[in-house]
Amino acid sequence: MLEDLFKLVKTRFNDSDSKIETDIKTKIPENIMFKCPRCRHVVFEEEYMKNNRVCLACNYHGRLSAKERLELTIDKNSFIEYDSEMISKNPICFPNYDKKQQELREQTDLKDAVITGEAYIRKIKAIIAIMDSRYMMASMGSVVGEKLTRAFERATEQRLPIIVFTASGGARMQEGIVSLMQMAKTSGAIAKHNEAGLLYITVLTDPTTGGVTASFASLGDIIIAEPKILVGFAGRRVIEGTIKQRLPDDFQLAEFMLEKGFIDMIVERKRMRSKVSHLLKLHGYTAVEN
Amino acid sequence: MEKIINKRTPWERIELIRNKARPNIDDYIPLIFDEFYEMHGDRLHGDDAAIKAGIASLNGISVTVISQVKGHNINENKKSNFAMPHPEGYRKALRLVKQAEKFKRPVIFFIDTPGAFCGVEAEERGQGEAIAKNLMELMMVKTPLISIVLGEGGSGGALALGVCDELAMLENALYSVISPKGFASILWKDASKEKEACSIMKITAEDMIELGVAENIIAEPVGGAHEDVQITSENIKEYLLEVIPLKQNKDIDTLLMERYNKFRKIGDFTENVELPQ
Repeated sequence: MLEDLFKLVKTRFNDSDSKIETDIKTKIPENIMFKCPRCRHVVFEEEYMKNNRVCLACNYHGRLSAKERLELTIDKNSFIEYDSEMISKNPICFPNYDKKQQELREQTDLKDAVITGEAYIRKIKAIIAIMDSRYMMASMGSVVGEKLTRAFERATEQRLPIIVFTASGGARMQEGIVSLMQMAKTSGAIAKHNEAGLLYITVLTDPTTGGVTASFASLGDIIIAEPKILVGFAGRRVIEGTIKQRLPDDFQLAEFMLEKGFIDMIVERKRMRSKVSHLLKLHGYTAVEN
Repeated sequence: MEKIINKRTPWERIELIRNKARPNIDDYIPLIFDEFYEMHGDRLHGDDAAIKAGIASLNGISVTVISQVKGHNINENKKSNFAMPHPEGYRKALRLVKQAEKFKRPVIFFIDTPGAFCGVEAEERGQGEAIAKNLMELMMVKTPLISIVLGEGGSGGALALGVCDELAMLENALYSVISPKGFASILWKDASKEKEACSIMKITAEDMIELGVAENIIAEPVGGAHEDVQITSENIKEYLLEVIPLKQNKDIDTLLMERYNKFRKIGDFTENVELPQ
């Protein structure tokens, strides 16, 4: 089965479409041009950045760092971060896991793949969690699981709504079964928050897959997605390997999931803050004057 | 229970549990339970043969039994999709768990799956949502939940029947975040390094006890469960008859708190910032 999969991947790389892709890639110096992974439109990186990392041609909403996301979403300087010093240990003694993490911590402004804290969105207080795909594809290990669980527990205690911006390749393989258990742990904390009658909004961002889709990303009272982002349980190539066919391009995009009934709405980045704040208001959370 | 010493390597155990003769849920049910009435369907889409569920009697205690179905041969496996459930399988499981809660029956999950099915229709019907929903709902269900891993317990597809008050592993059973083959292909882009993956993934029953994932190990005959299904079934039954009354005697709030904490405490991290000397 897996052999077939690799054959398929090879074909994918060998077909003419992909050849163009690789050719262009070699000619584009990094950090100067941006090529949209959805429509393959090429623009200056600067223009793409100015558009908050949204493709000017097809409206694909690209990946943001957690910090960039925070700035676009919350009231200025209102963020109080939780558990900022938490770092992962090495539960199954996976070779080089510590070293890899050390390097990533130095390369990014992150200690793991999620930041959590409380903030105001248009003067409404909420707890917020943002995943950052630059850190090991935002896979969920002990730290992601623990920080999210604590965020939900705090939201329950303080009777606050919570907004989680998801992005993830799934469970963090390097932590073995411990990473799988984080799915149950976070879902448990959500169950309690849910039982307390509090609002949980999920915002799916590119890409949300695997164990994260199969846990907290699918459990929001309201599930929002950004346009053209990838969301699904199984990886595209794994499915292609199983069915031995190439999948249509729009498979597992936000629009596809909306049509299938697993997403409530697709919201553009520039309207996210306003939409979220309105939804908070509709659930009785009020703005504070200061 | 007496201490079990299993000298098999993880790889030897994989070979053992992949043996076509390894007993599956259909072999165990008549030997463990006095009666079994199978129930079908999720009331939404269809009936998934990868998950068998029903109401049974365990020495006079009414219980709900839910299990993945691994076939002994290609025909059985075609029918049960190699024990890889679709969303409707997980939704059938949840429906019957809710029913068990209503009638105050304990639930016994048997885990025996390489993982949830990865296919177009599974995605279209919300594989992720179905598993997620189970994880959240099972955490709050007001009746005892016991899980036993029979053979292979792979990924979220196993965990969807694995949120419980106590998890036991058959002696040679394995539980992992993904199949060793998948692990090797993701991390090393080389599925042939399956054996190597096996040795570092920490997937044995003893590993599960050490990592706080499982509470108990159920002994198998020396040559493995298939050597004597009768004895393996007796061991499973003995375990269930011991653990179920213990959980039934707890008040519901304590049971739920302990279930939450069982998972709450799993994780390996530190917040101690090292201070300069």
